[in-house]
Amino acid sequence: MAFFLAQILTGLANAAALFLVASGLSLIFGVTRIVNFAHGSFYMLGAFVGVTLMDILPGHVGFWGAILLTGLAVGLIGAFVEIVVLRPVYRAPELFQLVATFGVILVIQDLALMIWGAEDRLGPRAPGLRGVWRIFGEPVPKYDIVLIAITPVILFALWYLITRTRMGTLVRAATQDREMVGALGVNQAWLFTGVFALGSALAGLGGALQLPKGGADLLMDFNIIGSVFVVVVIGGMGSLPGAFIAAVIISVLNVFGVAYLPQSTLVLMYVVMAVVLIVRPYGLLGREEVAGEHGQVGAPERPIRPYGARGRMVVIALLAALALLPLVADKFILTLMIDVIVFALFAASLHFILGSGGLVSFGHAAFFGGGAYAAALLVFHTDTPMELAFIAAPFAAGLLALGIGWFCIRLSGVYFAMLTLAFSQLVWSLAFQWRSVTRGDDGLVNIWPADWLNATAPFYYFTLAMGVGGILFLRHIIHAPFGYALRAGRDSPRQAEAMGINVKRVQFAAFAVAGAMAGLAGGIFVFSKGSVFPTELEIAASFDVLIVVFLGGVKTLAGGVVGAAFLTGVEDWLTRLEYWRLILGLLIIAVVIIAPEGIVGSLRTLWVRIRHIEEEEAK
Amino acid sequence: MLELQNIHSYYGKAHILDDLSFNIAKGEVVALLGRNGAGKSTTMKSVMQLVPPRSGKVQFMGRELTGLPAFRVAKMGIGYVPEDRRIFTDLTVLENLEVGRQPARDGAPTWTVEQLFGIFPNLAERRMNRGKQMSGGEQQMLTIARTLMGNPALLLLDEPSEGIAPVIVEQMAHTIMRLKAEGLTVMISEQNLHFARAVTDRAIIIESGQKKFDGTFQQLEAHPEIRDAYLAV
Ligand SMILES: Nc1ncnc2c1ncn2[C@@H]1O[C@H](COP(=O)(O)OP(=O)(O)OP(=O)(O)O)[C@@H](O)[C@H]1O
Ligand SMILES: [Mg+2]
Repeated sequence: MAFFLAQILTGLANAAALFLVASGLSLIFGVTRIVNFAHGSFYMLGAFVGVTLMDILPGHVGFWGAILLTGLAVGLIGAFVEIVVLRPVYRAPELFQLVATFGVILVIQDLALMIWGAEDRLGPRAPGLRGVWRIFGEPVPKYDIVLIAITPVILFALWYLITRTRMGTLVRAATQDREMVGALGVNQAWLFTGVFALGSALAGLGGALQLPKGGADLLMDFNIIGSVFVVVVIGGMGSLPGAFIAAVIISVLNVFGVAYLPQSTLVLMYVVMAVVLIVRPYGLLGREEVAGEHGQVGAPERPIRPYGARGRMVVIALLAALALLPLVADKFILTLMIDVIVFALFAASLHFILGSGGLVSFGHAAFFGGGAYAAALLVFHTDTPMELAFIAAPFAAGLLALGIGWFCIRLSGVYFAMLTLAFSQLVWSLAFQWRSVTRGDDGLVNIWPADWLNATAPFYYFTLAMGVGGILFLRHIIHAPFGYALRAGRDSPRQAEAMGINVKRVQFAAFAVAGAMAGLAGGIFVFSKGSVFPTELEIAASFDVLIVVFLGGVKTLAGGVVGAAFLTGVEDWLTRLEYWRLILGLLIIAVVIIAPEGIVGSLRTLWVRIRHIEEEEAK
Repeated sequence: MLELQNIHSYYGKAHILDDLSFNIAKGEVVALLGRNGAGKSTTMKSVMQLVPPRSGKVQFMGRELTGLPAFRVAKMGIGYVPEDRRIFTDLTVLENLEVGRQPARDGAPTWTVEQLFGIFPNLAERRMNRGKQMSGGEQQMLTIARTLMGNPALLLLDEPSEGIAPVIVEQMAHTIMRLKAEGLTVMISEQNLHFARAVTDRAIIIESGQKKFDGTFQQLEAHPEIRDAYLAV
């Protein structure tokens, strides 16, 4: 009984930081409608700034003063980010906003590395709160009790701010109808900045408050983001009490998980989320979202047409060049090209649901990695022949996509994005923690192709055939009636329904196809590398492919392919630079703000403009 | 007080306001008339810069509005009541009024919550109710009261009589007369000619975004063909 109580107290103490970070994210989303993926980065900044300040400032006053100052500092950084990065993209499609915040993650990662170095910092103990108190004989750290006491105070303060002050009233009004708030004379730009700063400050506070229980390291940003999203999704996006309840549930559950089911702590969280969402698709205290204020993929676009004669020539010439490549290229180039093709297929599969379906999936790596793991597991545990295991990859990934899609397709917009992200985390945590099957982060190794493919050139041809086949297959579907139905559902779901299209079912099918194709890419991948690790399922992997599609251009079919070629190409020398994340992050932010059409889109706009000028001159 | 010069406004490529010009003097109450889709609401949104005109000028008390963000226009003393009301349904009546509150302004009547409750007694009874619990007529009163909290010098009322019961329409007419007595300048967009004639001094008729008539109701009476051509009676 006493042990039970102590466990609950530990859970409640852990909930403090989680709640702070999640409430900040929820608040920001409620008003700006932006899902700030960089929120974990503010948490990390809070930890580092906190450690630094605590080193400088002595004693009780220093410790608590440092925490408050940290909140202030991170809030200011948040305000800066909002003004520079987010203001230009409030009216842009959701995808662009998400990608922009991802750029911020990369930039902050490298800045933190520059300033604080790669070494983990241990948090200082809170002065005067080092020991334990005995509660029914069980030791409970004093600092835990303080945290438990602080959390409701913060919840109350936030509640007061939101419901009892003019600023809070304006914030709630803006959540509902920003334009009207502006028409009544309120400068919403500053309101947004204020809310973003407050949300960031909360994340920073969370990072600083957890220091005595943990520390500061460069992985904190991605490590917390999964749980924060789970909390916000379970609680209901935009709901502070919801975030509080969910943070408590998740933290307490985690503590008991560690005690009783140490292998499944991560999985447990996502299972709870899935259960909650089955019962309440918008979370415990969330409300149904009215369809996106800003369209999914932006302004009306040119219809996508099959290539004309010239386009077809270019594609055929390119394919011929690729087919002849082994005659001239060395092993290094061929291996690089295999990577490019695999990534291009992966990106094309995401592009398929994102561009044509308007479904911004943030967990697409689940299917790539899922396919790779399916093949690898078959080979590893049952010695399945490579050919069979390879075929299993797209099927397994397709099945996985059917399962995940069943939950996710019911939602749209950012909810869909969050949910796909959370489910991909579930798959990741399975691979990571189910050691007896997946060997955890030791990965599955020695997964080599069959003898007839076990050399670079044959495997290159195999990759080329499968990769190009997959991409052409996706292209074919886009130009088939199914593709038109998919796009109709994206552009005006209501009209599409009126025309007799079952939009959700079409999207569900498309999601499964995209998953299968990502799995196909995963299948090629695992045999080309000979191994697979949980990293292939990480959030960062899902982000990579999104970035690629985005950089290539969402509105052009070639976008994903070109983006993949571009990124894989530059990655090689880029990652040799010390601060490549900073460069890539700045590049992404710049593209979002300056050239939102991506590489292919911008080139085409340029091309059209040049042709236009030529025609003018000809006259 | 308000001056529109050769305004052209668009929604995307659709050309909605076509070279529209008119003036409103201080203290006037003017009706903007026209059929469905004539461009009345777009005119008001163009003044507020919610739909910024692509060319032409909008001036208010001698100051240029074109290109300003909507909140600046509101801060200069123009109150806007949209046709779809757009009250904050999750907020209480008092909170809705709070969102509209702005400091007092020279040359414009100043309103307090209690004064507004005097004009709209229904709101007083429901001050702690949320917007979504109110009837259409009550919502219409709330949206006007909310805008008055900004102490505007010019009030743009988009179809205040639309979709509310006849008794409430009558109450609305009294309210507008009261506002006029306080010295407020008002522009009302209307389809209801009777309502417009009862509360306004002058009529501007537009059709397809172009001005077709500008004059008093006596002048309009003298030209029944204009009324028949451009108004649904
Ligand atoms: N958001 C919009 N996007 C595109 N077109 C619009 C939009 N709003 C209005 N329109 C079009 O602009 C034209 C003028 O509309 P407006 O709302 O100004 O008319 P109105 O005179 O207020 O009509 P009503 O009496 O029905 O309110 C109409 O043809 C309408 O279809
Ligand atoms: Mg109208």
